Amino acid sequence: MASIAQAIRMALHKAETQLGVEDIFGEDVGPPLGGVFTCTQGLTKSWNTPLDERGIIGMAIGLAMAGQKPVAEIQFCDYIFNTIDLLKLAGNTCWSSHGQFPLQMVIMSPVGTGIHGSIYHSHSFESMATHIPGLKVVLPSNPLDTYGLLISAVKDPNPVLFLYPKALIRVQGSEKIPGEPLDPKELSSRIDAPIENRKSWSPDWPMLEEHEVEIGKASLLRKGSSLTVISYARTLPLCVQAADQLKTQGHSIEVIDLRTLIPWDESLVYKSVQKTGRVLIVNEDTEVTNFGEHLLRKINEHCFYFLQTPPKLLAGVNTPGIGLAWTLEQSQVPQLQSIQEHMKNLCELSA
Amino acid sequence: MGLTKIDLEKIYRLMIKARVLETRLIKMSKSDDGYFWIGGPGEEAFNVPLGLLIQKGEGLDYDYCHFHYRASACLLAMGSPMIDSIRQMANRSSDPFSGGRNFVSHYAIKEWNIMPVTSPIEVQYVMAPGTAWAQKKHNANGITIVTGGDAGTAEGDFASCLQWSSRPNMELPILIIVTNNHYGISTPFDQVHGDSVIAKRAESFGIKWSTVNGNDPIASYKKLEEAMNYVRSEKKPFCLEAYVSRLHGHSSSSGGNRVENEIDCIEEFEGILIKEQILSEKDCVELKETYEKEALDALKQVREEPFPLADTVFQHIYKETK
Ligand SMILES: Cc1ncc(C[n+]2csc(CCOP(=O)(O)OP(=O)(O)O)c2C)c(N)n1
Repeated sequence: MASIAQAIRMALHKAETQLGVEDIFGEDVGPPLGGVFTCTQGLTKSWNTPLDERGIIGMAIGLAMAGQKPVAEIQFCDYIFNTIDLLKLAGNTCWSSHGQFPLQMVIMSPVGTGIHGSIYHSHSFESMATHIPGLKVVLPSNPLDTYGLLISAVKDPNPVLFLYPKALIRVQGSEKIPGEPLDPKELSSRIDAPIENRKSWSPDWPMLEEHEVEIGKASLLRKGSSLTVISYARTLPLCVQAADQLKTQGHSIEVIDLRTLIPWDESLVYKSVQKTGRVLIVNEDTEVTNFGEHLLRKINEHCFYFLQTPPKLLAGVNTPGIGLAWTLEQSQVPQLQSIQEHMKNLCELSA
Repeated sequence: MGLTKIDLEKIYRLMIKARVLETRLIKMSKSDDGYFWIGGPGEEAFNVPLGLLIQKGEGLDYDYCHFHYRASACLLAMGSPMIDSIRQMANRSSDPFSGGRNFVSHYAIKEWNIMPVTSPIEVQYVMAPGTAWAQKKHNANGITIVTGGDAGTAEGDFASCLQWSSRPNMELPILIIVTNNHYGISTPFDQVHGDSVIAKRAESFGIKWSTVNGNDPIASYKKLEEAMNYVRSEKKPFCLEAYVSRLHGHSSSSGGNRVENEIDCIEEFEGILIKEQILSEKDCVELKETYEKEALDALKQVREEPFPLADTVFQHIYKETK
């Protein structure tokens, strides 16, 4: 089974060979490295840019204005902050020009904790990103969705911010991308660049079948009746794990992978919360003005009379950064244990 | 000098037209007809030749224009009617650039490759390499033109433009223009800049550069033609700095009144044309009156046009799918 890194590569291979993408670019994105997380290895349309994030986003906007379909990468979302006004422009150009200039472009960037990244390789960006109207924001948590969402992002006529969780980049998926070789060793030998003699290497891409994930559709990963848990990215698999463990103790928990934040799947969420009457939102962005707070507000408005317990958000603590020492990082963003405790408490809280 | 009498007369006519338009827009900002004004009175001698030399059209084979908000004379020279600027000033739904959403001089014309003019200073300089790269890749006939003010060149985006335009073996067909009026809003250029010739910065990137007296339409035309021919034929960047006047201050926020002690390119050019007997004083007065009438008639018409409906704010957030 593919990893997220491999899924990105395979989606971009399709994008450059079948979907009209002519430019995949960013810092160290082209040969020889193919991206610091190897997500762009083996591609033919990938190229290295100057170390200039504003230049990268500006290039993408300019290409999109000229009707191209650029895919740009910001190496770590920790370094996307100086481009925020360009992201604003990417988001508002269609509106300001009264529809004349929709910008078809994808910006990829890895987010979050989980690699001992300390202060500047651990940031989340989704809450800020969702504050930029006109962008679409997606954030998959597994390779299959990564593939399907990236294909949809490339095809979308609007600017899409494609975030992906660093902590899970190398984790193998549990579901096959249709057509991929089942043996991970085979896939690796075909599409992972060798450490040495890269110059003469070229990948042997598997023939994948069509697979797309519609932007705006969440995925229901576990069905349950007594609690709805909504998450995405690094914390999502932890929520699934916690729900499975609590099931053995008799708790029936529904787990939703939101996958896309703008637009997000309101109907799936409301249906679930109206059924279970309890809701926990889990993510690792800092808790103040967190995207989860928006979800809570909307859930309150649409599901208030169905709620049996106060709806809850479990998020990252509101500190200026993530500390390097594991004792710090573990205490700053939700971990399996804290997630499980919150779930259990909510399930056991009497209505 | 390469330009015929007819050319000179045409340039003069467009300069007058642009000045009359701006004067009308300023009046509107001081009345109930509009709010904020910003524009280009004082830059006509440079902007009219620029507009005339642009290969206008849609797509890679035509020139992409990433303009500053003082480009009204370019737009008129390209054939944009006065009334459209008046519509934007009056924020009517008929404003073809933004549907009543944006300030005046914030043009956007898809069919002419006029990229949306933005309020954030200097961002056009990081976007322009994108259209230029698309043209380079496709070996297209068009070039990319970007314009902006002097103060804004302190932003990193200006350096980014030079950097991205001059990558080895990937030099871009881009004309990088700075219209230097010697001020930001109120801050004089030399109070906060250690360098004196902005275009010279291009030299360290291996980019050809030059300066021109932007108050002289003939010199501007020649220099622009040379620079554009170079960019078109060599498919390489060129940086041109034009020294221009700012005749009504920064914008309506500083009053929008006519200032003293700045050269007026129209007065100067008019003097030459009269002396050379290309036009008479009477011709000049009549021309001005004709355009004044056109602008006033346009305003009267625009006053009758509707404002955008409130619920249209939700249109065009994303590309509309029919
Ligand atoms: C990024 C940014 N900072 C500040 C402003 C406010 N502002 C508007 S115009 C201006 C001065 C621009 O001067 P210059 O670049 O020389 O252009 P000019 O207006 O003189 O043509 C400033 C500071 C802005 N619009 N954008």
